[in-house]
Amino acid sequence: MAKTKIIKRDARGVKMSLGYRITDVIIYTLMGCVGIITLLPFLYIAAGSFATDRELTERAFFIIPRVWSLNAYKYSINNGNILLGLKNSFILTLFGTVVNMVLSTTFAYPLSKKHFKGRNFFLNMVIVTMLFSGGMIPTFMVLRAYGLYDSYWALILIGAISPFNMIIIKNFFQELPMELEEAAYMDGASEFRTFLTIILPLSKSVLASISLFYAVGYWNDYFNAMIYLQTPSKYTVQIMLRNIVLKASAISDIMMDYYDQNGAPPDKAVKMATTLIATVPILVIYPFVQKFFTKGVMVGAVKG
Amino acid sequence: MNSSKDRKLLAYVWRHKGLYLMLLPGLLYFILFRYVPMAGLVIAFKNYSPFQGIWGSPWVGFDNFKQFFSNQDFLILLRNTLGISLTQLVLYFPAPIILSLLLNEIRHNWYKRLVQTFIYIPHFVSWVIVASLSYQLFNTNDGLINMLIKMMGGSAIPILSSAKHFWGLIVGQDIWKETGYGTIIYLAALAGVDQEMYEAARVDGAGRWQMMWHITLPAIKSTVIIMLILRVGSILNTGYEQIFLMRNDLNVAYAEVFDTFIYTRGIQNAQYSFSTAAGMFKSIVGMIMVLGANWTAKKAGESGIY
Repeated sequence: MAKTKIIKRDARGVKMSLGYRITDVIIYTLMGCVGIITLLPFLYIAAGSFATDRELTERAFFIIPRVWSLNAYKYSINNGNILLGLKNSFILTLFGTVVNMVLSTTFAYPLSKKHFKGRNFFLNMVIVTMLFSGGMIPTFMVLRAYGLYDSYWALILIGAISPFNMIIIKNFFQELPMELEEAAYMDGASEFRTFLTIILPLSKSVLASISLFYAVGYWNDYFNAMIYLQTPSKYTVQIMLRNIVLKASAISDIMMDYYDQNGAPPDKAVKMATTLIATVPILVIYPFVQKFFTKGVMVGAVKG
Repeated sequence: MNSSKDRKLLAYVWRHKGLYLMLLPGLLYFILFRYVPMAGLVIAFKNYSPFQGIWGSPWVGFDNFKQFFSNQDFLILLRNTLGISLTQLVLYFPAPIILSLLLNEIRHNWYKRLVQTFIYIPHFVSWVIVASLSYQLFNTNDGLINMLIKMMGGSAIPILSSAKHFWGLIVGQDIWKETGYGTIIYLAALAGVDQEMYEAARVDGAGRWQMMWHITLPAIKSTVIIMLILRVGSILNTGYEQIFLMRNDLNVAYAEVFDTFIYTRGIQNAQYSFSTAAGMFKSIVGMIMVLGANWTAKKAGESGIY
């Protein structure tokens, strides 16, 4: 029997020669490294947050601490600020996302109707705001004049409708089949009722994507919260985290010599623990986010 | 004739009053929170004082703009903003393209998805967390990188607190945070490539690299051009939350950009008119850049954004 040498081919039918396989190994390894490097900072602080300060000064990098310790978490939680920040951010995110979704969908629905008189005018009005804005200072002064300074309403109303998201919703409504809607009108349902009972249930996927866009935006916002909130008990998790981690660090860099000479206690583990506490909520919703965000980007990409 | 037209319109609005009522809250939002601030730009042409109010404050014409352009800081702001943007363009812009081309070569779907799951994560964490991670990794005292350098007998590099490392730090953060997520749009374009083209190329004897060069790359060309144009259009937007968080007294010479300058002068120093003029300059240049970019895209035969 003659030996037949079987040359494997990849999905595209390219012969998998030795060179091809070597390239494969390189690409696979490289992509693996990229993935690991992306995660490395998180792994580093996760390990450090469970370690003792002493170990952190002795060992530069480790994934498993020699001595496990929960002191950093105890300190971080007893300090209380980060928990208060989590609570505030949670309320803001929940409430803000609801407001945004109500405003965005009710605004998008009339604009999705081709027959709607004034449609072009209103759409252009939205597009102008995508190109030009009053900017930071006039917006600040106007919101302050409305009496919204030091209120969560400032953080919510400053971006209650994202033009981009609104247009994605509008386009989605536009693509829905008309038949169900018309049947509802025939039955004498009002336009608002049709919107609630027919349109919204049909749009669950896009509504989920946009809600997540908005929610992640609220959760991660730092700058607006910093500008508009004054009362420390109202601070969001991002402000609390910055105050705990960065203010002290900026000084520690300058005071490096002082630290070296006096051996001031490194509070590194506490900072790591606090950072991780602030990251966990995002990681918890990440599976949902990943599912819907990629979809949302696709919708945007198709439109673009 | 005119009045019958009006009556028709009124009849239409009345018949669809539900739609108009639904539009109303959003419309109010756009007027109160987007257009009124635009009207607030008038203070750029006034010498605003809180006691006299917006309308009572005296007009000063273009004095605030003159003051801004003749300010010695102006050139520094321009240098830093463009410096950061151009570094981003050269180092950060190509990263997702290269990464998606490489991801496209992975044939095992589970492995591809695993890598994707990892590299999308940083997009969803806040800039405060990115800043915090950067402090843990790079500070001269007990940061990971500098501890490693010191253990190997080197001397610490003040990555966070020296002006000359600032642009690299910012663009490095961008690359870490957004490269993975940036691949989505290119991978979407690649998913649309007709597999028969590869088949045909194979019959012609093309290898992997030839396929990448002649099929895969042309497939994402229009996406690349659109993204490039968008990037150039927003060249004055350097992401101020990020820069604001990484800026400190020691690196400020290379860290001050238009947005941080406007914040410091406007909100911290209450120089409302001056900082509004600076902001207005930025808004107008930004708008011209975006419209110009869009126009270029259409000229180049791509569909524009607006």
